[in-house]
Amino acid sequence: MSTGAVGLAAELRSVCGDEHVLTHRHQLRTYESDGLLQYAALPGVVVLPGNGAEVQGVVRACHEAGVPFVARGSGSGLSGGAMPVEGGCVIALSRLRRILEVDLDNQRVTVEPGVTNIAVSEVVGPSHFYPPDPSSQLVCSIGGNVAENSGGAHCFKYGFTTNYVTGLEVILPDGELVHLGAKGLDTPGYDLVGAFVGSEGTLGIATSITVRVVPSPETTRTLVAFFDSTSEAGSVVSAVVAEGIVAGAMEMMDNLSIRAAEGATKAGYPQDAGAALVIELDGSHSECESRFEKVVALCEQGGAWKVRVAADEAERALIWKTRKAAFAAMGRIAPNYYVQDSVIPRTKMAAVLGQIEELAAEYDLKVANVFHAGDGNLHPLVCYDGAVEGEPERAEELAGLIVKACVEAGGSITGEHGVGVDKKRYMPQMFGEDDLATFQRLRCAFDPAGLANPGKVMPTPRLCGEVPGPYREHPLEAAGLAERM
Amino acid sequence: MEGSAQPSVLSPQEPESPQALAAAVSEAASAGTAVRFVGGHTKIAWGSAAGQATPISTKGLRTIHEHNAGDLTAVVDAGVTLAELQEQVGSEGQMLALDPPLGEGDAATLGGIVATGDSGPLRHRYGSARDLVVGMTVALSDGTLAKSGGKVIKNVAGYDIAKLFTGAYGTLGAILGISVRLHPLSPTTATAIGRSDDPGLLASAATGLSHARVELQSLDVRWEAGVGAVLARFGGQSAAEPAREAAGVMGEQGLDTEVADDDGALWDAQRAGQRSSEGTVVKVSGLQTQIPELLRTARALDARVVGRAGLGLYWVTLPPGSNAAEGLQSVRRALVPSPCVVLDAPDQVRDAVDVWGAPDPATLVLMRRVKERFDAAGVCAPGLFAGGL
Repeated sequence: MSTGAVGLAAELRSVCGDEHVLTHRHQLRTYESDGLLQYAALPGVVVLPGNGAEVQGVVRACHEAGVPFVARGSGSGLSGGAMPVEGGCVIALSRLRRILEVDLDNQRVTVEPGVTNIAVSEVVGPSHFYPPDPSSQLVCSIGGNVAENSGGAHCFKYGFTTNYVTGLEVILPDGELVHLGAKGLDTPGYDLVGAFVGSEGTLGIATSITVRVVPSPETTRTLVAFFDSTSEAGSVVSAVVAEGIVAGAMEMMDNLSIRAAEGATKAGYPQDAGAALVIELDGSHSECESRFEKVVALCEQGGAWKVRVAADEAERALIWKTRKAAFAAMGRIAPNYYVQDSVIPRTKMAAVLGQIEELAAEYDLKVANVFHAGDGNLHPLVCYDGAVEGEPERAEELAGLIVKACVEAGGSITGEHGVGVDKKRYMPQMFGEDDLATFQRLRCAFDPAGLANPGKVMPTPRLCGEVPGPYREHPLEAAGLAERM
Repeated sequence: MEGSAQPSVLSPQEPESPQALAAAVSEAASAGTAVRFVGGHTKIAWGSAAGQATPISTKGLRTIHEHNAGDLTAVVDAGVTLAELQEQVGSEGQMLALDPPLGEGDAATLGGIVATGDSGPLRHRYGSARDLVVGMTVALSDGTLAKSGGKVIKNVAGYDIAKLFTGAYGTLGAILGISVRLHPLSPTTATAIGRSDDPGLLASAATGLSHARVELQSLDVRWEAGVGAVLARFGGQSAAEPAREAAGVMGEQGLDTEVADDDGALWDAQRAGQRSSEGTVVKVSGLQTQIPELLRTARALDARVVGRAGLGLYWVTLPPGSNAAEGLQSVRRALVPSPCVVLDAPDQVRDAVDVWGAPDPATLVLMRRVKERFDAAGVCAPGLFAGGL
């Protein structure tokens, strides 16, 4: 542990109590990665504050000691966004799990950041729900959702975390507490809530989060249709959109992911199907029924050789279970995989999937695809065996080429997982130097010392312009984490 | 204009390329001249009564670059009017689900609507500019041209600079172009109307619909000359049926009800109620539970109200000739702590009142830091925005 971290640990113990400050190597190792295990770094200290005031005390102590810190929710992120800074401080928010206020009359819930995503829907259900629904919603935290601007299967219709957060209490990286937004909409002044959501922990730590909840739909109808190919299924997705139907969700799986997921859930997905397309419509009863009939017809006209309509909630749950199991089940296909979450304009789906297929053949690796078809958010899973020499590198290279193909098609390097450490090297494919420098202006307004989750999002470390005056070494320069540009 | 004779920073300018606009701003910054960005001039008076500033118009940027019907997206210059864009995407059965009042001659540009964060009744279902803009190009006062976001509807790469500039009144820099998410036009619409002169009855009808498990396009409340109404608009294949059901429910609650199948004029009136050429319009960023208090206050002040009943956003128009400064105080007192911002107002009212209300001091410090980073020269519409930003 660095001397800075030793002094800091003592300070943190006085803020949070001895039992909530971890410094032993075996304890720290638990926190060395988030959900993306390819990246790991050992923090110098892990602290588990118990409330917002303690978070403020912890951040203030980090600021005074010049020690970089990384906030961590459930650690389920898939971009290395919560990977620690080597020797730095991890602020684990898992003890902040109180639901602070349920104001159903105004359709608002205020929670601490460690509360799970599903808990918000549970506390207002069944009459209302909280729409953003990442596949990890049973464990992932609202604080993490705010940091990553999480989406989910239903965001094509309902939108993302950023469309539902109305107010935040934030501890800025210098330890100051600010309130951004409010319970109501359109707070006068800059939309700092909009700037904060999705900033990947680089602008501060939210200690209280107010979200909007909405009435649950009257009816939900779900089907899964099986096709010979993803291009056939993709054409049906286009036909549904062209019909003016905004589905609650449209999810596609290719043959590899069907086989992996079916092996895990035994839901009866035919293993020889080239593609499975899950379509869910929700809304008022009459509207849903007539449009659902249309969707079934479009599937059949589009070459589906089997359309399974969920007759009840249990069958619907089974359809979704298989879709949501796809990632975890990938171990049945390969010992390791790289997951990307690039986005393409939906109309380019067939072309890009073709390109991915060619690239996979060229690299002699399997690429499974399971994705949000409505909004063009692909999840190509590049399968490899880490024990085979050279294969991890080949897989990484292939994953990079897939990202490139998506950006060249007019898309994005990430739709919902965030940039983190994993995709920061791809940022220059989407953004020029002036764009990145403009991002940095926002960062510097919130965190001039660069202590909040440094080394994430931006492709190269950079410091904020100094207030004019004599040169002083920046804490990150001293730590060897950044150079003056 | 690019490459031609140096434009004077003191005369109105209409640069015809993003580069020329960025150059014009940075030239003004070098000269220490304040600028403000203008489009259709439909909301030109909004904000604090600020000092002199050279207008830089976005009207030279007027191209619809892309309409990707299959992807439900469009890429548009800031100087394009919303009406023009709606006409183009409407020809393929789509819309930008943003319907603020368009001002005189339907001149409101996308740049102006986004910069002021203006919105209309469709916000109930589709959100506002902050929710529909998926990418943005901006010019900063040091001449930087920068983009954020992209042109796909799902994208979390990089900071969301577009949200920062949305509703910032051009005080961080100029919005030059945006990418937007589109939605399908509804094949039919129908509106259930429930009328009453009892604020409590109206509020409970509005609340009932706001929490009902139905899919509404818009849910508005209205109050004028002692009578109010709740308006619930449905879309879809057969909008009339759910509208009749909603009217039935409101009828049981004691309201006088009606269903309008041809409902365009009703909603035009709601939009028009957000503006006033002679009165003082106060926008309330409130909560849906404030409807009774809001309507009682309006009744006492003889004011008009239109608003989004499910979202807690209301526009209160204090009548011309009334003491608007006192009226504003009454509204603020009745709805505390909800922010109340003056939009349209006669000059003498604007000069006499605190247009924005006092922001939270700690938050204002942070907002100033943002302003300084983006507009270090302090020339982008100084003093126009909340907190003197």
